[in-house]
Amino acid sequence: MPMVSQSCGVLPRVDLQRLLDALSAEGYRVVGPTVREGSVVWETISSVSELPIGWRDQQEPGRYRLEQTGSQELFGVVHGPQSLKPFVFAPREPLLQITRRQDGFTTSPTLPQPERVAVIGARACDLAGLVIQDRIFMNETYRDPYYATRREGLFVIAVNCTRALATCFCASMETGPRAQRGYDLAVTEVDEQLLVESGSEAGRDILSTILVPAASDELISAAASSIHACAQSQIRRLDHSRLPQALYEAHEHPRWDDVAGRCLACTNCTMVCPTCFCHTVEETPDLSHQHAAHARLWDSCFTQEHGYIHGKNIRPTIKDRYRMWLTHKLASWIDQFGTSGCVGCGRCITWCPVGIDVTEELSALLTPDVQPPLALQHKDGP
Amino acid sequence: MVNPYVIHPATIVEKIREAEDITTYRLQLVDVEAQRRFRFKAGQFNMVYLFGVGEVAISIVSDPDEPELLDHTIRAVGRTTKAIAALQPGDALGIRGPFGAGWPLEEAKGRNIVIVTGGLGCAPVVGAIEYIFRRREEYGSVKILHGVKTPHDLLYRERFDAWRRHPDTEVLLTSDQPDKTWRYHVGVVTELFEQVSIDPEKSMVLMCGPEIMMRLGVPILMRRGIPATAMYVSLERHMECGIGLCGHCQMGPYFLCKDGPVMRYDRVEQWLGRAGV
Repeated sequence: MPMVSQSCGVLPRVDLQRLLDALSAEGYRVVGPTVREGSVVWETISSVSELPIGWRDQQEPGRYRLEQTGSQELFGVVHGPQSLKPFVFAPREPLLQITRRQDGFTTSPTLPQPERVAVIGARACDLAGLVIQDRIFMNETYRDPYYATRREGLFVIAVNCTRALATCFCASMETGPRAQRGYDLAVTEVDEQLLVESGSEAGRDILSTILVPAASDELISAAASSIHACAQSQIRRLDHSRLPQALYEAHEHPRWDDVAGRCLACTNCTMVCPTCFCHTVEETPDLSHQHAAHARLWDSCFTQEHGYIHGKNIRPTIKDRYRMWLTHKLASWIDQFGTSGCVGCGRCITWCPVGIDVTEELSALLTPDVQPPLALQHKDGP
Repeated sequence: MVNPYVIHPATIVEKIREAEDITTYRLQLVDVEAQRRFRFKAGQFNMVYLFGVGEVAISIVSDPDEPELLDHTIRAVGRTTKAIAALQPGDALGIRGPFGAGWPLEEAKGRNIVIVTGGLGCAPVVGAIEYIFRRREEYGSVKILHGVKTPHDLLYRERFDAWRRHPDTEVLLTSDQPDKTWRYHVGVVTELFEQVSIDPEKSMVLMCGPEIMMRLGVPILMRRGIPATAMYVSLERHMECGIGLCGHCQMGPYFLCKDGPVMRYDRVEQWLGRAGV
């Protein structure tokens, strides 16, 4: 693949600032991960020093911790609760400004201001999520003008993963740990070197402005083996080979009752998910009742209201809602969009306050339920 | 770039009281160009908007051949519909639409039509009936079987009376909680199946109403030889966007606002009646 090797450069870690400066010079607002309140969040940055240098995240079911290793590692934190989703599918997107008039009202769309945003530090799973969201909001039959405006200005610098979290299972979802598509530049941090590859015309252009030397074969192969080792080290996996059908067939599985007993319906999993797209529309009039803001907000299938129709709720119980979420994410999503709705980022496992593990739930649901003989079910304890 | 969220102002031309909490609103789009462009199929719905409150998904019940005036029958049950109930002719609402898949009335040409409805659920099929009667000779026999809980729930009384007068048409009504004035059948709508002859090879069934009615009714019709592929149902779910994007109206793999609300029965058979779907 000559294209790849041509657009494959090396940047010493200490020189990353040159890339950030080049992006700023091109008019991009540069956004990167920054440490805040025990986690990392996306913030506008101007200097490499704002990155979580030396920090690493440890993630487990229901647990997120940052620790400082004292190293100069730039991208030791794999990810925080946010994926790329908030950049394109805004948590609150004003849709219309509506003004009352004599004969009714006038509406004017409130499209976001076009803005060039360069995000550095997105992971392969985040990109896979972005590609899925593109398919939802910008397909052959529909192009969402709000999403599209934000998407067009987005420049993504992916970071290939060389360290897996305990919650990661992208290898089994075939979405990572190497960024596959949708990125403009992809970086692999190998000791003090950054291997930089371009994945788009815009990426190549930026790379050419900072004149990086070509990467050596040794560096390329060291990066590849680190990424490979990362995939190998993942302890969780999700077997999607029998989906969607097997999950449709598990609709009456007793495991749903079991997980519903633990699930708090807090909506965290849907908020951190890179692909969840449910939203509600809200109308907010001002005090004069002459103007109203019409906006869409992230919604969640775990709320009471999600399945509500005049006087009845299609999904009244937490069991109904957890089943809706998981069945949609892993099964009906495939029928709807030709891809799983799960990218294996593991965020729903980490940010679940009670540590419900999607991989464990699926595996239990796909295991035929063996009911103990009735006589044993009500056996008294010793 | 088309913006599907833009709402078009519409004036309430007339309010037709159907029952205590049910009113049909006859709407006319204010913008002449929007009015000219608005064409719909029977069974499709609009998002009806009230300034400062919000939108609700409502079937268009009027005749698709008269798209200048758009009838929406609304029961005042929620925040938005109760606020709409306070409006008077001349007041403004808004419309986005039409959305969704309507009844397969082209495909139904030349066939006998069996319409099975329950309660306010008959609203989505009213436009289809008007469409068929406007082209009476293009369709075979028409049988309209309509069930209500109490006689008070019988809407569109004059329409039923008018439909009854068409040639080769039967209209059968039933109530399972009748009062002394009720002069039709007593019982649930599926009992009416026994009172009509249906040629299974020539018939197409259009059904809307409570899902329980579909789940109980369809197997009876299937036993009479009507294939599932000749039966269509109009389904209801929470809808906010109308374009298959907000996620609320899912039933299995379908977004009912876009793939439905009218669905061929064999496509939804496995999802109907599943808890929480």
